[in-house]
Order: sequence, then structure tokens, then C-alpha cells
Amino acid sequence: MDQGVKRIMLAGVGGQGILLASRVLSSGLLKAGFDVKSSEVHGMAQRGGSVVTQLSYGKKVYSPISGAGAVDLLITLEKLEALRYVHFLKKNGTLLMNAREIPSLPILIGAAEYPADIEERLSRYPISLYTIDADREAEKLGNPRVMNVVLLGAMVKLAGLSELVDWPSVVAESVKPAYREINLKAFAAGQNLV
Amino acid sequence: MEKVILSGNEAVAQGAFQAGVGLGIGYPGTPSTEIIEVLEKMKGPECAWSINEKVALEQAYGACVSGLRCIVTMKHVGVNVAADPLFTFAYMGVNGGLVIVTADDPGMHSSQNEQDNRWYALHAKVPMLEPSDSQECIDFTASAFELSERYDVPVFLRMVTRVCHSRSVVEIDPEQKYLRQLRDYERNVPKFVTLPAHARARRVILEENLNKLTKDQAAKGINRMEITNTDIGIITAGASYNYVKEAFGDRYSVLKLGLVYPIDQETVYEFARQVKKIYVVEELDPYLEFNIRALGVECEGKKYISPFYELNPQIVAASLSRAGFEPLEELDPAAEEPAANVPVRPPILCAGCPHRSFFYLAKREKVTVVGDIGCYTLGAAPPLDGIDVSACMGGGYAIALGLSLNPPEGKKIFGVVGDSTFYHSGITGAIDSIFNKRNFVPVVLDNRITAMTGHQQNPGTGQTLSGEETFMQEPERIFKAVGYDRVMEVNAYDLKKLRDAIREAKETEERVAIVIKSPCRLLKGVEKGAVPEIDREACQKCKACLRLGCPAISLGGEGYPVIDTLSCTGCGVCKQVCKHDAIRVKEQEVDS
Repeated sequence: MDQGVKRIMLAGVGGQGILLASRVLSSGLLKAGFDVKSSEVHGMAQRGGSVVTQLSYGKKVYSPISGAGAVDLLITLEKLEALRYVHFLKKNGTLLMNAREIPSLPILIGAAEYPADIEERLSRYPISLYTIDADREAEKLGNPRVMNVVLLGAMVKLAGLSELVDWPSVVAESVKPAYREINLKAFAAGQNLV
Repeated sequence: MEKVILSGNEAVAQGAFQAGVGLGIGYPGTPSTEIIEVLEKMKGPECAWSINEKVALEQAYGACVSGLRCIVTMKHVGVNVAADPLFTFAYMGVNGGLVIVTADDPGMHSSQNEQDNRWYALHAKVPMLEPSDSQECIDFTASAFELSERYDVPVFLRMVTRVCHSRSVVEIDPEQKYLRQLRDYERNVPKFVTLPAHARARRVILEENLNKLTKDQAAKGINRMEITNTDIGIITAGASYNYVKEAFGDRYSVLKLGLVYPIDQETVYEFARQVKKIYVVEELDPYLEFNIRALGVECEGKKYISPFYELNPQIVAASLSRAGFEPLEELDPAAEEPAANVPVRPPILCAGCPHRSFFYLAKREKVTVVGDIGCYTLGAAPPLDGIDVSACMGGGYAIALGLSLNPPEGKKIFGVVGDSTFYHSGITGAIDSIFNKRNFVPVVLDNRITAMTGHQQNPGTGQTLSGEETFMQEPERIFKAVGYDRVMEVNAYDLKKLRDAIREAKETEERVAIVIKSPCRLLKGVEKGAVPEIDREACQKCKACLRLGCPAISLGGEGYPVIDTLSCTGCGVCKQVCKHDAIRVKEQEVDS
């Protein structure tokens, strides 16, 4: 018996705007009539550390979190985080990776090197890999902070959810009026990237 | 009614609001913090941050004696701080309902241990409800207040990170008005004054009330039996229930205990009659397993399920596969193992954090430092390496006092706490040091806010939770009042003065304290300084600046460091550690 639960995981670095992306997605899925559960990590983990949010949706969802090997769609806002969490994907799962590189502490202080072969290593996994430069799109729109919504647009398309609900209105409801227009543009730009 | 998505913490606040709570109080601590913040914004109940968990619980108790319903919140280790009054309040009982939220952190996402606070319920004889999602957080909070008043006992609501910070769908009435519940105050000395003779009588009353509570139909309704298989049944509770259902659906019968203390034996016996074999699935300790065995019911649990860290559906499925369980979905992972050689990404002090300079200098001045709980615990990590021991709130001073009796390398011991921690329980160690003449220097990293938990007010900020102005405590005044001869107040960004202060404190015979007073860089209104650049001609590639562990400085091309102009806050500390004058703010060109 398949309960038809789809599991999404977002990973990035503290401060990249993961929570907003995950909350907009939750609102849209609720509007579309799904049961939704998500899980966030606050506190110590936010101080520039690796940050993960998980989200599951379906007819009836019990668990807000999933273990390794069980995720359908992994979205990483940073490349190193893609490598760190790729084993959470199911076989034939989808990885949407933002092309941004943010060095972590050992790399900053010269104790480790930022891996140069992330794409090549990821290409050896039995998954579908999509790489986009959401930061560049956001900068083109004039506000680097909407990178998360660019990725959200791409993610919604890859998850096959574009037609499910009026996403522009969900996005508009989730951000301050002054930032509505740019976030709507960012969402549309993301949809066009994949 | 309207369907909305709430986090567990928001839902507890909603439940307390609906129950007409008169006071919400606590001490900030992940994952509990948002409950009080959200309740305060709902307007109606009195809400406050207290100085520590014990004082919070005691205030809540006083308010409950007066007839108000009260909710008091803390993280799991906070209950250790509040444990003294807790055990006696159970004997004394309540007037208005009293609900104590313990927010446990299995997996230690943001904590120093993963103690299982269900034992506190058993130990203190305080009934405990354990919700598994946001709707239950609302419903169980309401039930907790009712049971508290009906059976004259405080009630625990046990949350875990994956309930506090998980978001799920709830039904609420957006038009709900705040209606404060209030009971009459009656002076009752045998109940509220715990002389031994009174306590002996209350001890029996407590036991009778707990027995009555398990027979209450509403209390029984908090537990749920799902009989779908007469061979195998699982007893579980809280977050673990979610993992069991996600892994196995309806394949096996489930007894979901919402009331985990006192355990209703009739319900457990009924479940044991309906299934042939019982397994227990629970995170952390075998709390349910021990208690169910004590009822004479055979069961297995920790034989298969790990006693440490968090569970999830896949771990539950894999663990119980060894007992022959079949999950709904066979796991077909993209990889068997995590990718190898992925550089770690630990949390670090922010760019421009005022805590950085003390730890940088402490290492170079070779002082032994005992740390405490807060952002500044990160001062222990490389490259700062500035802390030898760190355990608990207030331990930054008191552990240092003991260490000073047999000091490593025969030197004076420094203890470091933040401002909120100083008021929480640092003060007591500072006074003990004077009393017992310890060879110890207390340091306060006073960044004018409780930073780690997301900027809560404390007695040193001059503002209450609701933003009202209040008296602003100063650590300097307190040190002087309790017997310190001299308090050195230093700016965190003045490395020379800070180094001098550390050296002087090390050598002097006087009783000295150091207060490093610079606000958190994330606070509103804290201005960014001029962002410097690396002058490649002057730079000798010595990497001294990299040893600050500042996220704005990284090793760039050809071995030269690079300053990221976006994240740099212009704090100027790197300029001061550069011996070659290679970090400079570009002079603005002046028109001639």
C-alpha cells in the first residue's frame, strides 16, 4: 500500500533563505489539498552551519522527517551541501543544485580545499541532476536575496506541481508587499530555468 | 474553523491562548523559545522572560496559587534548574492550572546532552502528555490545563525538537477571543505551606489524585488504540508514533500513548489482550519499556531500537526488520553511504562577532578558560581553541572555581559567561569565588542580548519581553557590590586594551573581573564599520588573520587572504592582528 507521500529536502547554509522557500511551498501544497508536514532546525545550527529543512506531502503524512535513501527531491542552495546530503535521495531521485560555492570554516582557514569535482562526483549517482545559477538570476533581477525564490520556482516545476495551485498568489501572500513584484519575477525566472 | 500550518511551538501558544492562560513565562532555550514569543504577540496573557528556569517555574506557581492558569516553558536541561521546586509543587498541587513545557532535544541539534525528561514525570510524580504533531499540541495543551485543575497537580507537556520545530496542519478559529480563566484564591496553609506534617498528608493526596487521573475518561481519551493486526502490536508515543506510522502504515496494531505518566494500566492490559506480541518504539531511553514491563506485560524494544540520537521512519523500519517487520516501502537508496571527503560545515561565530577577540587572545596569552552555554561556546572550536571546559549554564564560573584549586600549569583560571547566562546562574559562582577566596577571574561577554536563541531580552537589556522599558542591570555594578576590587570594562574590538586587561588580571593580587561590552552584530542599529582590504604588496602571507576564524576572511589565490566585502562588518579586529599593516581601509580620495 503506497500512501503516496512525496518527500522533499532543502539544504544550504544558514542565512540563505531556506525557511521562506520551505514555508511558501508548504502553503501552496496545503492550498492544493495535500496534508503537509515539515521540519526545520533552529538555534546553534544556524550560525553559518549547514541547514536542512525537510517537507513531506501527500494524502496523509505522518512524519515530518525522512532518513537517508528516502527523499524524492533534494534541493541544495549550495554545491558542497549537495555532496553532503546526496545519499538522502532515493535511486532515480532528483537533485536540484544551485551553482553557488560558499567555503566552510576548514576551507576558509586553509585546512581543507573546496572540492573542485562536485558535479563530476554527483554525475556518478543514479539520480537526475539539475544545476542552475539562481544567484546570477537573482542578481539580474536586481536583488541577490531572492535567490531562494528562483530556486523555489525551479523546484515547483521539477516536482510537477506548477499547475496544482496559483503559485504567484501563494508567493505574493508570503512576502512583504514591497517585495512582491521582485519575488514574483524570481519565481517565474526559476520556472524558466529547468 | 480554518486550516492553517503551525509549528508545534506556535500550536502550544495557540492552545494556551484558547485555554485562557493568564501567564506565560520561561527562560529561552532551543527548541522551546518560540512558545512564549508567539503567546506574547497574541496579546492577552501576561508574558515574560524570567532570569532562569527555577525562577520562571516559581513565578508561574505563585500565579497559579493566585488562581491564574499558567504555562512555563524551558528546554530539557532547564528542567534540571527548575527541579527543586518542581518536586514539591507536585505535593502542593495547584489552584489555576499549571502546565510545564519541557522541550527535549534528541540528537542534540542545539544542546549539550539529550536527557530524556520523561523520567522527570515519573520521578516528580507530575503527569505528562506527549503530543506528536501541531494539532495535538493545541489539543493536549488544553487537556493539560483541565487535568491539572481537575486532579490538583502540575502537568508536563513533553515536546521534542521534531515536534517543536515541525510544521503541520491544524484547525483553528481565527476569530477566537481571549477569555482569561480565573479561579478564586483561598488561603490554604496545609496545602501551600510544606511543613513536614503538611507534606506527609499531601504526599498521600498526590498518590490518590494520580490514581483518579488515570481513570478519568478524558485522560483515557488522550491514548489511542489502533487495532489492525491481532498478532503484533507496537506501543509508542510522541514523535516516534509518526515514524512508526510512516514506516508501517496500518500493518501492525498501535497503542499510541498520549499520557506517558501515569501510564494507564487498564489500557495497556487491554492492548495486550488484543495482540499476541508487543514491541515498544521510543526515542532515547527505554522509559515506556521499563514501565510496561513493570506492569507485568512482556515486550521488546531497545533490543532492536537504538537508545541514542533521533529516530526517523527509515531507522525504525531498518531496526525492526531484524524482528521480522515489513515496511510499506522497501528502501532503494541512491547511495549506500554518505559521500566521502566532504569538508565539514560547523557553525561559527558570525563575521564581526564581539566574542571572537577574547578567545583569540586567551589562546595566545595561555590562560585556561572555562566556557558556558551560548554562541560563545563556539570559541572552543578551531582555529580559536579558546575554551578548556564547558558544560552547563553558570558552570563557566563555578567549574572554574574548582579547577583553580589545582590549576593546569599553575595559572589563574578564567571563566567566561554571556550576559544572559551571568544573570541566569553565573552570579552565584562569582560570589562563591569571593567567599572562598578562589584564584579566579570572571569574564562577562556582554553583548546586550540573549543571542543564541534569537535575541531575547534579559535583565541587562533594559527592556522586557513586550518591549517595555525597565531597569538595566550592569555586570560591573554587581561585581563591585559582591566584593570585586576592580572591574575592567573593555571594548571587544580594542585588542591592545583587551590583551592588557587579560595580562593584568592574570598577575594581580586584587579581586578583578572583566566585562567585555560590545553589542551583538546582528542587533538592529549596530552599525557596520569601514570594510578593509588586503594590500597584496604589504601582505607576507603569514595567515595570522585567518587564525581569527572569521567567515569574511578566506584563503584566496596565490596564498593571499581575501576579505568578503558583503559579509565583513568592518569590526577592525583583523587589522589589529596583522603585523605587516597589510589590512587597510582604502583611503577615500580627497579632491584637491
